[in-house]
Amino acid sequence: MLFDYMAIAVFVFFSTAIAVTAILLGGLFGPRRKSEVKSEPYESGMIPIGPGTRRMPVRFYLVAVLFILFDIEVVFFLPWAVSFRKLGLFGLIEMFIFIGILLVGYFYAWKKGALEWE
Amino acid sequence: MTTPVKLLDFITILPVIFLAAWACLLLLVDLWVKHKRVTAYLAALGLAIGLGLLWYQAAWIGNAGFNHMVVLDGFSVFVNALLLLSGLLGIALAYGYLRRMGIERGEFYPLVLFSLSGMMLMAQAADLIVVFLSLEFLSIPLYVLTAFAYPKAASEEAGLKYFLLGAFAGGFVVYGIALVYGAAATTALDGIIAAVAEGRANLSLLVSGAALILVGLGFKVAIVPFHMWTPDAYQGAPSAVTAFMSSAAKLAGFAALVRIFALAFSSLSDDLIPILWGLSALTMLVGNLLAIPQTNIKRMLAYSSIAHAGYILMAFTAFGNPGVAEVSIAAVLFYLAAYTVTNYGAWGVVILLERAGDLGLEIGGYAGLGRKYPALAACMTIFMLSLIGLPPTLGLVGKFYLFRAVIAADLIPLAVIGVLTSLISAWYYLRVVVNMYMRTGDPEISPEPWALTITGLMAILTVLVSLLPGWLFFLASQARLNLF
Repeated sequence: MLFDYMAIAVFVFFSTAIAVTAILLGGLFGPRRKSEVKSEPYESGMIPIGPGTRRMPVRFYLVAVLFILFDIEVVFFLPWAVSFRKLGLFGLIEMFIFIGILLVGYFYAWKKGALEWE
Repeated sequence: MTTPVKLLDFITILPVIFLAAWACLLLLVDLWVKHKRVTAYLAALGLAIGLGLLWYQAAWIGNAGFNHMVVLDGFSVFVNALLLLSGLLGIALAYGYLRRMGIERGEFYPLVLFSLSGMMLMAQAADLIVVFLSLEFLSIPLYVLTAFAYPKAASEEAGLKYFLLGAFAGGFVVYGIALVYGAAATTALDGIIAAVAEGRANLSLLVSGAALILVGLGFKVAIVPFHMWTPDAYQGAPSAVTAFMSSAAKLAGFAALVRIFALAFSSLSDDLIPILWGLSALTMLVGNLLAIPQTNIKRMLAYSSIAHAGYILMAFTAFGNPGVAEVSIAAVLFYLAAYTVTNYGAWGVVILLERAGDLGLEIGGYAGLGRKYPALAACMTIFMLSLIGLPPTLGLVGKFYLFRAVIAADLIPLAVIGVLTSLISAWYYLRVVVNMYMRTGDPEISPEPWALTITGLMAILTVLVSLLPGWLFFLASQARLNLF
């Protein structure tokens, strides 16, 4: 049975070997000429302004977390909607409970002012 | 294979459903409540109703629900009753403490309730997926509670540490479950038993899976070498949270450990005994030795809780031995009950002596307590004696049952390590007593009625139940594990 995996082993071996050889050869024989343009983060595109580790308002984090929470909700809606007929009334009630729990969180976030920008 | 959902399914986890719903409602109610003590009383009311439902539910013992995902048996009822009581104690201790520390926020109580419902589900889980689900369900509120003293840096650091390491440990559990599924083609505990009995299971894969699950749960109950988070999290968290966390989370973790290993993995016992033997010996040694140099009482109690996890694991080492399993599970449950009582009492004293800004937490600060507050010092002495395992306390009776189970399993060297480490523990527990009675000082307590009541009550229970331990042990030995 293990022999079935032989193809994967061969693949892993050759992909690793080719990558390692390419990098090694390039490092050994390639010329190194540094220039200002080469040391920029992006070859084409905007030159970054300011330091890379600047401070971001923590509000973005809160918005992102809330977004993820309610975004995942949709992920759960989709399979339920697909098999809605099969699940019947029980599935409908379950989904209402699920929405109810989410609404509790929504009201909580709302009342606590997490949805206000200021 | 799968049957449609019936009413009985919901009855099997009635208290869990109720508690989670109550916590959701409480979260909403709290938004409009000005005085947070209303939230506290409502939370306590919810726990009391939960106990009532548990009583009502007990008529259906021996039933499984949701296609054997959860079971309702004597074991789960015993553990759930303990969990609900420990939730009540935790709320009572937190009631005045949170206000005094300036962190009285309404979210505390729903979080405790959420965590408790996860713990109760864990005690009933008969499927590894449900175990993982409830593990996360109980952990996430605990992470938040650990960082509850926000914006205190130590508390936030503790919360983050606990969260990162906890998430890591959760990963171990999932990996373990995946391996078990690979070995037995099912995650249901009864399915695993059947697979092993019919010889369908790949045993070496199953052992690896069991070991990984042991790592994850060992993290939750603070077994060496997965204990690194414990001292920091216990010290950084608000004391009332630590009291709850060290009792209830340990209870739930051991409940899951006992159920999974005693039922599904009992056939792997021969392979797992050396692992459990080593882990429990290491936990007892490291926990007790590292507790000696501590000068902070919270840190000392954290190491002590590690050591106690070791004692409990010691009794459980021989879980696969059919002649011993029943005694050892009863001993584990009894000790968990005894530890909960003693632990809440000791933390009650810590909470009474703690002052805002992490003051009053040094063991040296307990000097003179015996002269100034003799009753409180007497309570603390009882708790320390109980943690060592000296008469006349519950700790002695609990240790007696633990050692009886170990000796019945013929693991004499392990029992010797247990006794020796208990002797070591006397060193640091008695130091608190020596400080209270033989040194002079001027400690200050904050007389909070609830914390004082709980401390006194726990001291009385620690002594009284130890004089008549038979009924509690009878209850613990009635708490059988069922599958169907």
